[in-house]
Amino acid sequence: MLKKKNKKPLSEYSSWELIGYRFKKNKLAMLGVAMLSAIIIVTLLAPVFIPYEKVIEQNVRQKLQGPSVEHIFGTDELGRDMLARVLYGGRISLLCGIAIIAIAFVFGAIIGGIAGFIGGKVDTILMRIVDALMAVPPALLAMAIITALGNGVFNLVVALAIAQIPRFARTVRSSVLTLRNMEYVEAAKCYGSSSMRIILKHILPNGIGPIVVAATLTLGAVILSISSMGYLGLGVASPTPEWGTIISENKINIRYYPYLGLIPGLCIMFTVMAVNFIGDGLRDAFDPKSKN
Amino acid sequence: MNDDLLQIEKLNVEYITDDAIVYALNDFSLNVKRGEKIGLVGETGAGKTTLALSILRLLPKKIGKITSGSIIYEGDELLDKPESYMLGLRGRKISMIFQDPMTSLNPVKSVGDQVLEVLNLHFPNLSKDEKNQKVDEIFRLVGIPAERKIEYPHQFSGGMKQRIVIAMALISEPELLLADEPTTALDVTIQAQILELMKELKEKFNSAVILITHDLGVVAEFCDAVAVVYGGRVVEIGKVEDIFGEGNNHPYTKGLINCIPDLTSTATRLSPIAGRMGDPRIKVQGCCFAERCPHASEKCKTTPPPMVYENDHGILCHLFSKEGI
Repeated sequence: MLKKKNKKPLSEYSSWELIGYRFKKNKLAMLGVAMLSAIIIVTLLAPVFIPYEKVIEQNVRQKLQGPSVEHIFGTDELGRDMLARVLYGGRISLLCGIAIIAIAFVFGAIIGGIAGFIGGKVDTILMRIVDALMAVPPALLAMAIITALGNGVFNLVVALAIAQIPRFARTVRSSVLTLRNMEYVEAAKCYGSSSMRIILKHILPNGIGPIVVAATLTLGAVILSISSMGYLGLGVASPTPEWGTIISENKINIRYYPYLGLIPGLCIMFTVMAVNFIGDGLRDAFDPKSKN
Repeated sequence: MNDDLLQIEKLNVEYITDDAIVYALNDFSLNVKRGEKIGLVGETGAGKTTLALSILRLLPKKIGKITSGSIIYEGDELLDKPESYMLGLRGRKISMIFQDPMTSLNPVKSVGDQVLEVLNLHFPNLSKDEKNQKVDEIFRLVGIPAERKIEYPHQFSGGMKQRIVIAMALISEPELLLADEPTTALDVTIQAQILELMKELKEKFNSAVILITHDLGVVAEFCDAVAVVYGGRVVEIGKVEDIFGEGNNHPYTKGLINCIPDLTSTATRLSPIAGRMGDPRIKVQGCCFAERCPHASEKCKTTPPPMVYENDHGILCHLFSKEGI
């Protein structure tokens, strides 16, 4: 039989290709990628299956019907089709959740990185600002920011991202602080690396593991906090569906109609799990010691 | 061509901490010729590593400060050069080997990539193939099969790692190699191998070497010249034969040599140097070794001793000056 591909030997891989190679070898990580892509494709293709009208179309005569052929996921209190709501809701949950994590990740990494690497007064000033943000409970902080900026999905994303920045900044700063005193960083200075190069080539690859894991773990919490904001009438408001909002809308009926909470809840769990698998896989891929 | 590669003149370095100023180097002078192997010997805290970092201008920011003196490299004053010039110098013309090979390699990059990184920094114009060829070549020279360059630091033993560190330091064929206790973290058999390797490569590239160590045996085996450092000063300088031979020695050097166990002697104890190294926070008036010196007189405590030369062998001591003690 013919070999499938003429693969080049490992020695010719660049370090990024090697990370990719190790990631692909990790079965759990690939499962995570498959799960997440499945969720994203299904929610993106929602209009192909169901028109958006179904999301808000009420039919009180068919309220609270369990899953059936007509309504695969059943109907809610107002007789709205749960499948449509969950599918369209996923678009907002995923988009906002990932956007929030991305913004918090980038800004947290920049703030924490600068504070940790430069140190001294810059560190003190940045960290006191972060401490001030941390002193306020995240939900309260997000509420205050939305109130100041005005209601809306975009402002919700901004507010929740700001509320998450301190956590990322702290995580990044502490890794940078340990890493910048490593002897190999000193050695890199001695062979003529500039600060930027040291950050990109030495500190970032060594510090990325814990930060990626923190980011993936936070995603679940963020999706839930989008819904708690929605419950308070901030950000995504009914009747626009969103996984968290769907749960909170239906919470009175969950006792007798558990599928109402179970279905969107499982969606959140599925997404978080997928992202966690990917995060773990990335962490392992970045760390050559866990290769074998 | 001028024979002098590096001239350090009356270099003073201070570490400024919150509660005190630490005088790490005091009027430190040293000349290194092209291709010379010079050993820097002294006990912990004598300022050996500080010197290496000063040459590279990598003293800890804000804390470490060069207050006066000059470091002239190939006729250029390094202390006046901008940081961009130093970036091009470090790793290209002056390389450094660190004490602990276990921690001086980045754990998440393959060793080949780390050696390649030096080439990327200093020889960006070489093609990819040329760079890879050079990496393979240096791996062969330090005695590691080139196939292993895709492996990571944790897959190598300590001695192998030090070989890789040496490969990184030598791939750009530097003119000056600062080796900061390169064999201290290794066991004796590996130590001998690494020294042999450094000797071979030194011959090949004709680099000058400043070997920082507290091991007199290593110095006697490896170096042409020795500078004995005490309290941030060179107290004795000369050829290996001058230092370890029968001639005059600085009392401190004598003390160091007495600390080496002698197989033929029946003495049950070694004779260490009495006392401890002086507090580096206090600027000494006279001779820095006076407190511990068996020959010290009142003059030693008040007047700084002169460097007394006999041919190329210099001793910083009143004992050998014309006026005497």
